Amino acid sequence: MDSYNLTYKQYGERAILIEWSTKIEENILKDIINYKNKIVYYNIKVIVEVINTYNSLTIIYSSTIDNIYNEITTLKSIYQESFEQNLLKNYYWNIPVCYDEKFGLDLQEISKSNQVPIDEIIELHSGAIYTVFFIGFLPGFLYLGGLPERLNFARRSVPRLIVEKGAVGIGGSQTGVYPMQSAGGWNIIGNTPISLFNVSKENPCFAKSGDKIKFVPVSLEEYKQVEAKIEIGFYNIENKLIHD
Amino acid sequence: MIKVLSSGFYTTVQDQGRHGYGELGVPGSGAMDLYSSQLANHILRNRENDALLEITLGKCKLIFEKQNIICISGANLSPTINGSIAPMNTAIIINMGDILNFDKPVFGIRCYLAIRGGFQTEVVLKSRSFYKGITSQFQVQKGDVIPAIETSESLNRSLSSIKVDQEHFTTSVIEVYKGPEYDLLNKRAKEKLNKINFTISKENSRMGYRLEEPIDNKLGSMLTSSVLPGTIQLTPSGKLIILMRDCQVTGGYPRILQLTEKSVNRLSQKSTGDVFSIRIVPLN
Repeated sequence: MDSYNLTYKQYGERAILIEWSTKIEENILKDIINYKNKIVYYNIKVIVEVINTYNSLTIIYSSTIDNIYNEITTLKSIYQESFEQNLLKNYYWNIPVCYDEKFGLDLQEISKSNQVPIDEIIELHSGAIYTVFFIGFLPGFLYLGGLPERLNFARRSVPRLIVEKGAVGIGGSQTGVYPMQSAGGWNIIGNTPISLFNVSKENPCFAKSGDKIKFVPVSLEEYKQVEAKIEIGFYNIENKLIHD
Repeated sequence: MIKVLSSGFYTTVQDQGRHGYGELGVPGSGAMDLYSSQLANHILRNRENDALLEITLGKCKLIFEKQNIICISGANLSPTINGSIAPMNTAIIINMGDILNFDKPVFGIRCYLAIRGGFQTEVVLKSRSFYKGITSQFQVQKGDVIPAIETSESLNRSLSSIKVDQEHFTTSVIEVYKGPEYDLLNKRAKEKLNKINFTISKENSRMGYRLEEPIDNKLGSMLTSSVLPGTIQLTPSGKLIILMRDCQVTGGYPRILQLTEKSVNRLSQKSTGDVFSIRIVPLN
């Protein structure tokens, strides 16, 4: 197993920040997920949250850390434990997206600026397989890796005050879905009728770090059908288990 | 049961926060001034996580539909019950029909109204703390009926009045630790942080406080990483943002300082135009 050179810093009274090198890489993601799973497995009662980002894990404790060296030593030894149990399974998710101009507010602009016909934007965007790195910014906002370079497009200099729930956007070299209506600076290319975040579910967000996402183009008509099915609770997001 | 006759500038239901969902991007929320909110519950011998009302800046009027016991802590927003001055930081018996009014701030800006047994609003993701997109309401509105447990208890079970250290509200020094990216700052920036006074701009809320005075830097933004309430971010423009309880779980600006827990509580009682200096204290 690869072992990375990690730094450990105390972050305020109650948190420890563990950092990998500043890169966006699937191998680092795997290492982070592995480490996180081990920490969760050991079920240390005083640990309240384990939050991962591209290159870090933040461990939040229930109260002030009395002895930082003891805690860091414990965490380091957990990292060294070999642990083949893959407790949490990862999935491929097919997310329906309607790229119709009704939803794709900024498709024209991206097309003109990047010199890519709209059809090709849709083909490229829906052709890629995206990796879920982590969730942040908003409840259920997935940070996805894998946007084709030709679709890179800078964030809007003036963010929109209202971006619709389900809006699929491009911001710089990133793509993602707004899980709820919010202000936003990303360029909108479509909309998905599915809910990225649902408080009434036992697991409010179906996706997690390490999962893969594919956007499946659907027509306006199909979009409405999926919307109707979701309303009556008759829609399950197509998914497939990822085998190692 | 409390009926809201006038909602005030910004009133929400808060408890100790929504914990355990940060990995899904859910903010911690919870009372801004945990010291004052915990004090109110403690005086009533409530459970620590019993929900209270967080009343900001005043102009809030409530009528009690049943008998109960309350405690008012935190900012002094000129509370009166049926027109008479209500004592703070002590248990008060409330009778059916009593009207509790909050008018103008005398000191502090966030006041906590605790009630015996806590307010019984909906629990979403293990917390009653209001948050837009999580709880069905994100702000208390005129006409709302806020459920509570009726009680005809006497005051025997509650603690007698507790004297609060006024420094909590009057201090002009905010203690901080060095943040994860503190060492990226050049010498001049570090000196400026230590030396100057900072003013809270009018852009301040439960999500964060923006400060007026910029710190010149060439740091730019960084790879998105996690942030905590109390984290001070340095934006490329030089302006500082102090993240507070409703802040997002991740952010892309350098985290140069981190407020102590006590400082987050104290800053919560400050508002637009307030001035303070920063003192870096060692971690352990």
